[in-house]
Amino acid sequence: MTAASDQPLPVVPTPDAADEPNRELKAIAAKDYEWGFVTDIESETIPPGLDEDTVRFISAKKGEPEWLLQWRLEALARWRTMTEPTWAFVKYPPIDYQAIRYYAAPKSAADKPKSLDEVDPELLATYEKLGIPLKEQALLAGVAVDAVFDSVSVATTFKDKLASMGIIFCSFSEAVREHPELVKRYLGSVVPTSDNYFAALNSAVFSDGSFVYVPKGVRCPMELSTYFRINAADTGQFERTLIVADEGAYVSYLEGCTAPKRDVNQLHAAVVELVALDGAEIKYSTVQNWYPGDKDGKGGIYNFVTKRGACRGHKSKISWTQVETGSAITWKYPSCILQGDDSVGEFYSVALTNNHQQADTGTKMIHIGRNTRSTIVSKGISAGRSQNTYRGLVRMLPGAVGARNYSQCDSLLIGDRCGAHTFPYIDVRHPSARVEHEASTSKIGEDQIFYLQQRGLATEDAVNMIVNGFCKEVFRELPMEFAVEAQKLLGISLEGTVG
Amino acid sequence: MLEIQGLSARVGEKPILEGLDLVVPTGEVHAVMGPNGSGKSTLAKVLAGHPSVEVTAGTVRYLGQDLLELDPEERAREGVFLAFQYPIEIPGVSNSTLLREGLNAVRAHRGEKPLDAMDFLKLARAHAAKLGMDPTMLGRSVNEGFSGGEKKRNEVLQMLVLEPRLAVLDETDSGLDIDALKVVASGVNALRSPERAFLVITHYQRLLDHIVPDVVHVLAGGRIVRTGDRSLALELEEKGYGWLDTTAGAAR
Repeated sequence: MTAASDQPLPVVPTPDAADEPNRELKAIAAKDYEWGFVTDIESETIPPGLDEDTVRFISAKKGEPEWLLQWRLEALARWRTMTEPTWAFVKYPPIDYQAIRYYAAPKSAADKPKSLDEVDPELLATYEKLGIPLKEQALLAGVAVDAVFDSVSVATTFKDKLASMGIIFCSFSEAVREHPELVKRYLGSVVPTSDNYFAALNSAVFSDGSFVYVPKGVRCPMELSTYFRINAADTGQFERTLIVADEGAYVSYLEGCTAPKRDVNQLHAAVVELVALDGAEIKYSTVQNWYPGDKDGKGGIYNFVTKRGACRGHKSKISWTQVETGSAITWKYPSCILQGDDSVGEFYSVALTNNHQQADTGTKMIHIGRNTRSTIVSKGISAGRSQNTYRGLVRMLPGAVGARNYSQCDSLLIGDRCGAHTFPYIDVRHPSARVEHEASTSKIGEDQIFYLQQRGLATEDAVNMIVNGFCKEVFRELPMEFAVEAQKLLGISLEGTVG
Repeated sequence: MLEIQGLSARVGEKPILEGLDLVVPTGEVHAVMGPNGSGKSTLAKVLAGHPSVEVTAGTVRYLGQDLLELDPEERAREGVFLAFQYPIEIPGVSNSTLLREGLNAVRAHRGEKPLDAMDFLKLARAHAAKLGMDPTMLGRSVNEGFSGGEKKRNEVLQMLVLEPRLAVLDETDSGLDIDALKVVASGVNALRSPERAFLVITHYQRLLDHIVPDVVHVLAGGRIVRTGDRSLALELEEKGYGWLDTTAGAAR
């Protein structure tokens, strides 16, 4: 992602940019799933299975206070009363939750490295392969990386600089130790333990994740970035992220994912909570590239994620941008609760599915406060035999005087064996609220491809160019280096879809 | 440069071209005129390699190569350019992106280095100015929301940037007012050279007042039925295409 310092400028098709997408894409399109290597580090794991003892083990392992253990146990109790949701337009064999291993940590993490020098060299080599700029590259790129390897954070950079501004950016475990009052105040306040099946599961067994707090009036000077990576086989990954922007604060957070190649399905059930107080703004960008399974639909990640932001304060703003190219199954609806008057919610999404991938993704915009505004731009691209669903809810509650929403959902089909589906739910309970919804479905045209070929472009480059053009409104919301990554991923994911 | 012999082609089950012969030597401008449905656009599509047209017989030699063996993008890189009758819209892809990618694909094929962003922009802006196009056109999505005239100008802009060896203009004059017609013609004339050839497909004679052809061919019923100099175009203007059907045999 951010190792892009030596690469050309971003390749979003803009008039004057030094853009050269296809040369780069072409080289990459020839590659297989590039990040499918496995690091040999002995994991400290517990046997598969989930009961109260599992939860107690995880909590004890992390040295958590009693209140958090109780919170987890409550979540577990809730989860046991719930049933797995079946409304999403996805199909998968039943998951045996007792066959999953709920904790794994690289052994070297027990030593709690204080600096990069103390980190397992093999781990660092893995990061190198992934192109994570932990050292000087990071400095040049202006990105602080809180790298999560399996379940334990091993290194956090730029802490000092951020700390001098009062910004907290650390692993979730560390936040529990160092800032328990903040964690206690906000954890579960946006996504309660009882919210849904996967959120309850996550609440019971989450291992680690990231925590960000930006104090009053502070603009975080750099993009905060975290890499998530599943490594140990059969280990569910249960990340917990909590970001709080205090009054007038601003933060941009980047989440990027690459996972090693695996033959067995892996469950990923993360929870992300965002809280924006008066006048605060949070921008949350994701490029998701979990292993999607092979061409026959074997393997791949089940990505069942709950992401939600609360615009608690007056004039607060939360913006989600996601580029979803990976995972065998994606079940994900980054949402905004627009509670504060004049608050703003945004959702920009590109979801690309190929081969046998299934995605059911979208957003919820819950308008509570007066004059709240939301924008939804969703671009779904289906190729191969994949199924791609947009599912969105816009709800204007009785107090949402003068609230407005604009939704645009476009689907692009490549080939004739894939599916695109749109399920918009609209619920308006105040007469002054306005909701606009536009939707389109198009097939990538033979004439479009021919036109570009006639100008000298190879078929695959032509397809990439058309798809990137289709996604432009979303890509321009991404930070620059992420836009580069996103276009590369589309190129890789589209390989072999035409011609 | 271009030698077509006994070319037959169909679209779906329908035969369109039936034994067409046509030779365009390097350095010349040839016009192909003919009534609607005579196969003019199909001829253009065959030359560019459009997948909807199936060649059933005949040969097409271009600079000594078998043109029909080449993929559409290979033909483009070898210098075959088609100005489309109905230019295609590509939402979200800027004109400059397409132009630059196309130009650099052609340059790479010739073993030349890609143009960097600054040099490219300078070049593209200069050509756009020649065609009376606002430079902001370069930043707009390819043909999206363009008027008919803007689309045609845009085709000529692409031609000027790509500098083809053989340019096929498929009814580039249709939908243009006289001022736009002159601008488009001046763009074509600027590119005329002893190294290039043009095949100008048109229904009307008026374009040929501005792009003066060396040779005029009349296409009817899937074949070239008459070949002559510029006066043939004027004759057609006067008499229409109706008289051709009865004299078709005489041309062969």
